[in-house]
Amino acid sequence: MIRQIVIIGNGISGITAARHIRKNSDDKITVISSETEHFFSRTALMYIYMGHMKYEHTKPYEDWFWKKNRIDLVFDHVESVDINNRKILTGSSAAIEYDVLIIATGSKPNKFGWPGQDLNGVHGMYSRNDLDMLERNSPRINNAVVVGGGLIGIELVEMLLSRNIGVTFLVREKSFWSKILPAEESEMINRIIRSHHVNLKLKTELKEILGDEEGYIKSVIDSAGEEFTCQFVGLTVGVSPNISFLLNSGIETDRGVLVDEYLETNVKDVYAIGDCAQHRTPPDGRKPVEQVWYTGRIMGETVAQTITRNRLPYKPGIWFNSAKFFDTEYQTYGWVFPTLKDNEDTWYRENIKKNQALRLVFLKENQQLTGVNALGIRLRHDVLDKWITEGYTADYMLEHLSEALFDPEFFLKPDLSTL
Amino acid sequence: MSTRANNTTIAGWIIFLSAFFLFNITLFIGKYEITATSLRSSGLNDEQLEILTTELGTIPVQNLSKYEIVRRVSPALTVMNDKLKQDGRTNLVIYNMPEMVFQIAKGGLTGFYAKNRALFFILVFLPGILGALMIYMPKLKHEKPGIKNNGIYFNPLTARKWLGYSLSAYLVLFYVFLYFLPVHITEMIAITDPVSESILGSPAGKWFMYGLLYTIFILVMGIRFIIRYRHNRYQILRTISVIFFQTVIAFSIPQILTILQKPYMDFKNIWPLDYSFFFSYRINEYLSAGTLGYFMLFWGIALIIIAVPLFTWLYGKRWYCSWVCGCGGLAETAGDPFRQLSDKSLKAWKFERIAIYSVLVFASVMTLLTIVSMFLPDNNIFGAPVNVLHGIYGFLVGSVLAGVIGTGFYPVMGNRVWCRFFCPLAGYLGIIQRFKSRFRITTNGGQCISCGNCSTYCEMGIDVRSYAQNGQNIVRASCVGCGICAAVCPRGVLKLENGPVKGRIKENPVLTGNLNNIS
Repeated sequence: MIRQIVIIGNGISGITAARHIRKNSDDKITVISSETEHFFSRTALMYIYMGHMKYEHTKPYEDWFWKKNRIDLVFDHVESVDINNRKILTGSSAAIEYDVLIIATGSKPNKFGWPGQDLNGVHGMYSRNDLDMLERNSPRINNAVVVGGGLIGIELVEMLLSRNIGVTFLVREKSFWSKILPAEESEMINRIIRSHHVNLKLKTELKEILGDEEGYIKSVIDSAGEEFTCQFVGLTVGVSPNISFLLNSGIETDRGVLVDEYLETNVKDVYAIGDCAQHRTPPDGRKPVEQVWYTGRIMGETVAQTITRNRLPYKPGIWFNSAKFFDTEYQTYGWVFPTLKDNEDTWYRENIKKNQALRLVFLKENQQLTGVNALGIRLRHDVLDKWITEGYTADYMLEHLSEALFDPEFFLKPDLSTL
Repeated sequence: MSTRANNTTIAGWIIFLSAFFLFNITLFIGKYEITATSLRSSGLNDEQLEILTTELGTIPVQNLSKYEIVRRVSPALTVMNDKLKQDGRTNLVIYNMPEMVFQIAKGGLTGFYAKNRALFFILVFLPGILGALMIYMPKLKHEKPGIKNNGIYFNPLTARKWLGYSLSAYLVLFYVFLYFLPVHITEMIAITDPVSESILGSPAGKWFMYGLLYTIFILVMGIRFIIRYRHNRYQILRTISVIFFQTVIAFSIPQILTILQKPYMDFKNIWPLDYSFFFSYRINEYLSAGTLGYFMLFWGIALIIIAVPLFTWLYGKRWYCSWVCGCGGLAETAGDPFRQLSDKSLKAWKFERIAIYSVLVFASVMTLLTIVSMFLPDNNIFGAPVNVLHGIYGFLVGSVLAGVIGTGFYPVMGNRVWCRFFCPLAGYLGIIQRFKSRFRITTNGGQCISCGNCSTYCEMGIDVRSYAQNGQNIVRASCVGCGICAAVCPRGVLKLENGPVKGRIKENPVLTGNLNNIS
């Protein structure tokens, strides 16, 4: 029996699900999005603004791909879901029927009700629309304030600097991304940020955004009472599941759409994946809501298996993530928490001149490796995954470091002798 | 553009552009004469000169423009050829008329410009090189090492906008003149006479000028490239390598061989890129040049049947295409600003495969017939067709595809137009790389974020991302192993590697977490 599978959202999660369902079945697949007509890589938005690429380069598949693989794309906004009649209602008032529904609507940037947050020139950096707004505003921006010390924040800072815009960076924590990074790594990033002439303000929060008569921003006042003149405010204080259209639909939600280990909601044949999903029982050590590219992709692959009758629980394996802070790449494997757990110990070396650092976290009792942070050093995913999964020791990793290095040929082995 | 334009950089642009402007202005300031001496310097012999002089009427004539020279000399040469044919002296007929017109013009170049060629050489090349270096040197101080692609798609030169199209038109015109109507760039060629005279003791031909210009471009733009990728030792080393092979092996050694009156040889040029290697005049040259000649012949054949398969098996085609080759050298250095303009579509890939293997088949068939005909008696049935093939190949592949389109279209189609679509040696290397090599670009597990930097900056138009996001290694015939995909990747996903053939190609893995590994 050919089913109609409808996917709301054409980001990495939804598209991955669509592709893998197509690989395994002949079901009808429809993907709905109101952001862009075609799938693009959200992580590449910054490169469009910086002139590295054009929008078309951020599309991982050529436009003919969808028709060839019989994936119907609908460019429309979903208003609500009718679970009783298995229908979704869209902005153009057309109803789309489904047999199986996948909710993959991603996130929206947080706003915390600050005075002035709806002024012209205040927005996040998450969607294609945010990018277009920033591009339109850019000619009149000389100074900008970026609020929020996370990954999108630092990318937005880098974007603005590429257009010679002066940036003040307001970070609530005592150090950049210190909710995730241990103090040393975080301090290295602070140094990198400052070396790019960014006015990095730690332990401070946005209090108020002041506007002029025409509704444009004039300045920002932080919690210390300091005023910063600016023409743009970037709000990058985290994102939340984009699920308001599910209100009263009968699909259970909390912060996100609640799903079991098979990514299924309380309603049969309705699934949720990616940023908008909230796991009722998250896998070991994981957060209920994971807003990361990779987990979105893994959820997309997993749900596709389940839907195509290869029922598979969401078991993402060893945690991994990556980022790039200006010129310094960051990779992490396993769990490295900002402060050690009682049963953990750590080995850390850094090379301040080259902005390189390596941290190993391991269990006190048996030296078993549990997490690795690398800055300015590329590591092999498969090797680290194996070492952590199979319980290799920290000493083993240090002795066999060369096997794990993924830097280009002729690169010198990282010099980590200086403590 | 991450920092505001530096004063030294601005001054560098002004100096460089002034030199470039002067170089082009020289084309309009030359004065010409036709005299007995100038005609003789073209290399024509007494019999030819006798007819030609009669046809030209009164000589000497002075104070002619380049166009007047063409107007007078071309018809006279035509008549000379006709007469020689009528008289049955066909061996004296001049077949390459444009070259002869150029020789006669160049012999008669006179006046202020001709007398001050050395001065003009200094005025063009010194500030040209200095200015270019001034543009890039400040980055050492003012820009941190790392990938700096800011503004590439806002720049009218590098984003396939008006300035890119203009430069492309200029380059196409330059190559058309260089290959087919060199008389129109006589002054540009003559400006290198002082260099040629001091090295070889004779005035510059067009290939001397082109070789010198080519070498300087690789050198200067190579320095730019090293500054740009100074955080990346792979990029630094391979750029030093292409600079070495161009300056020493391709440019200097052939000059020395000329001085020593030995056969010409570029020791790193390999058939079928060096398509005339098996032509009878080349073979005869080697066979009549003693031990060195035999060595050259042996060397050339060893490169084809030993070096190419062996090194490509060990390291992939990159050992040649982005470490040794002159075409690759120019593409990687002078062409680097345009690498992002290569077409990544599936259509382009389909065209590429048809085009490049067609040229390879053409070159192979032509060479086979050439060799067969060499072993047959003179005037064999292959003789005439082989000559026709040589002519077609030389015009179509050797000139139009390699030069006019291959380099002239850098600012429109990216810097590897020739290497990607037409180079027969790249075709040969590619077949080995695809089916029998230890080389691959390894994808780092699931770390890809599909951003597209790798595909965008792949000069060969490979959609690197399509492999990386699926966790597949990249094994493609066209990959020249420049390593830029790995350099621009913001997440450390790609690595060029030589390794065991087993596991080199991974078919469609699903990345869904290590506990769920299914295939």
